[in-house]
Amino acid sequence: MDLSAINPVLLLASLMVAATPILLAAIGELVVERAGVLNLGVEGMMIVGAITGFAISVETGSPWLGFLAAAAGGAVLALLFALLTQVALANQVASGLALTLFGLGLSSLMGQSYVGIKPPHFAEIDIPLFSDIPVLGPILFAQDPILYLGLALVAGTWAVLKYTRAGLILRAVGENHDAAHALGYKVVRIRVLAILFGGACAGLGGAYISLVRVPQWTEGMTAGAGWIALALVVFASWKPWRVLIGAWLFGGITVLQLNLQAAGVAIPVEYLAMSPYLVTILVLVILSADKSSAPASLGRTFHAST
Amino acid sequence: MTVPLLSIDGLTKAYPGVVANDHVSLEIQEGEVHALLGENGAGKSTLVKMIYGLVKPDSGQMRLRGRPFAPPEPRAARADGIAMVFQHFSLFDALNVAENIALGMEDPPPMRDLASRIRAVSETYGLPLDPFRTVGDLSAGERQRVEIIRCLLQDPKLLIMDEPTSVLTPQEVRILFETLRKLRDEGTSILYISHKLEEIRALCDHATILRLGKNVGECVPSETTAAEMAEMMVGSALQAPERGRRAFGEIALDVTGLSVASPSAFGTPLRNVHLAVRKGEVLGIGGVAGNGQDELLAVLSGELPAEPDAIRLNGVAVGHLGPTERRRLGLLAAPEERLGHAAAPDMSLTENALLTGSVRENLERNGFIRWDAARAFAQRIIEAFDVRTPGPDNAARSLSGGNLQKFVIGREVLQNPEVLVVNQPTWGVDASAAAAIRQAILDLAAGGAAVVCISQDLDELMEISDTFAALNEGRLSAPRPVEGLTVEEIGLLMGGAHGMEVAHV
Repeated sequence: MDLSAINPVLLLASLMVAATPILLAAIGELVVERAGVLNLGVEGMMIVGAITGFAISVETGSPWLGFLAAAAGGAVLALLFALLTQVALANQVASGLALTLFGLGLSSLMGQSYVGIKPPHFAEIDIPLFSDIPVLGPILFAQDPILYLGLALVAGTWAVLKYTRAGLILRAVGENHDAAHALGYKVVRIRVLAILFGGACAGLGGAYISLVRVPQWTEGMTAGAGWIALALVVFASWKPWRVLIGAWLFGGITVLQLNLQAAGVAIPVEYLAMSPYLVTILVLVILSADKSSAPASLGRTFHAST
Repeated sequence: MTVPLLSIDGLTKAYPGVVANDHVSLEIQEGEVHALLGENGAGKSTLVKMIYGLVKPDSGQMRLRGRPFAPPEPRAARADGIAMVFQHFSLFDALNVAENIALGMEDPPPMRDLASRIRAVSETYGLPLDPFRTVGDLSAGERQRVEIIRCLLQDPKLLIMDEPTSVLTPQEVRILFETLRKLRDEGTSILYISHKLEEIRALCDHATILRLGKNVGECVPSETTAAEMAEMMVGSALQAPERGRRAFGEIALDVTGLSVASPSAFGTPLRNVHLAVRKGEVLGIGGVAGNGQDELLAVLSGELPAEPDAIRLNGVAVGHLGPTERRRLGLLAAPEERLGHAAAPDMSLTENALLTGSVRENLERNGFIRWDAARAFAQRIIEAFDVRTPGPDNAARSLSGGNLQKFVIGREVLQNPEVLVVNQPTWGVDASAAAAIRQAILDLAAGGAAVVCISQDLDELMEISDTFAALNEGRLSAPRPVEGLTVEEIGLLMGGAHGMEVAHV
């Protein structure tokens, strides 16, 4: 066992990469749940985003087009969920689970001819001068653009929810859809838009796995990241910055346990492999012990009684 | 003659199975307080929803200052100067006062300006309110102030108030009326919806009366007696419940030093509650909604456990027992919420009768249900309480509010309770059903049972109770005999005016 083989700078740099997929998916789901909708189809939307992004960037040679397509793919699947739950008034839990199963099946169908191919490389941005700073440079200033986009989305979501009228209306719809309707807000339209945003974010998160993190396509490669994202939103008490903390914690321990495995620590691999899930949930449970609670209309079907 | 502010002509709206409004017409003049009077289900709410743009009429037309007026959505109605204070508040518990008000405005100023405007308006009209408090922590009266201020900030021409006083103490009502009169004197018209006749006589200049969706009359309330208006509203003269003089027996239910935390985040904990009810006595518990009524019912019925000695039934400590054990001993309860708490909406009346009646009526044997006996019990309730339904196999949801309430109360009364606890026994029930329920409660007490009646309807409590106590912030006042109690005293027991003051414009 040789712990000195673990380079802390590389560890922190790869922590950010490992955290990004669930961060993207979770921030999207946070917006959806703040609008009062529980979409359990995150895993399905992620994996569809992963294969859509992979396929498009292989075909076009452009990772950028791939990410764009991934967002669109996730949003299309989310649109199906929106139609089911907001128009046909189907049960949200059942529809979300169905969406995950459907997405997993659809993605392996779409991905049959892409197994074993390498996608085009997605270049990191080296921010001049800053990236040369020792230690901080490689961690903060030499990452890929989508990772920065994820951080920007967290900040943006926080600011929009807290400071803008659009954010206030979104929260109002999630808090009490009957009252929002009585005041004349378009509950269904607002929720559909939130669901589409959530789908696009999940799609981006999935494509980040297949294009940057791994990078290649294998069936079922999201491996439960969507479920972790869902849990993250709940344990983060629907607060954007806590989602970020949770995602980094999860990413950090994932990377750390891989490093520990490689270093040959005398802990059975199974325990190391389960540690990210255990620690993340434990920490977030402690964090969420304050009084903040779920949006009051979360998961309830809205039917305008005209 | 001047053009009325709003004139409604032949407005009709039908829902599947019921015509909510059938050619309703009325005229509201500038600067007038106009009452819309009718029982629950008379179509008052549907009518104002059409004025506010929430519901589209099937036929008929509205004119605002002579111009055709058909708001497609509330936003359009608000733009035309129509504001509405809702019966069931349209507020968001987790947001603060300023955010709630911003949501009801077309284009609100930045939060800081809005907060200072809220303070200014609330001082002008004597409705003190902190813009940054979370609405979920406010009392019912304070929540109503939020709604009223939200309306006032938009300089409405017509202010619609849907049953505004049902959640207020008498003092708060008087201050609300002062505010409304000020508004009227400034030229704002008010459409005031209520079924409380004395309020309408005190406040309103003109009244339109609805029954079963139709106009049945108009009057000038100050020149009409309450009895005349009641007759127009109900369609027949009402019989007041009779109560004979009764002698009280020994103490049946004895509650001492009862304190429990509320199970819900925005609930009210009970603080050191004492009460004693004798056999044959009806104890009325008044108070504004949200002051611990639900918690008191839950702790008396056994849904919330308490210290064993805090609640004694005929001398036996029952505080730690659950609802079923308490039922076996004779302590029965009927909660407020009909659909979902007192009855399971999608189950049949037979099944609902079984749910609370199985212990005392022997509807179970060795874990198996005696369906015949359960059905007979349900049938007995239906007959004894004149529940209008095709039969005991119909789902509870299919009954009207009044009929289901008669069933829920009848189910407990027929089990011969020694102590019966009811919460809001006639809430949302039409006048004849309410009278029947009150009579049943009085008859039960005359038969020697002790009754605790929790209600927000003071007239009801005055009518049926022997002693009165009020809940205020989870504390129960000392019970007092009803005879000789004035409305003023009751109001003070209920917590007075909660810091409100008369408007000083």
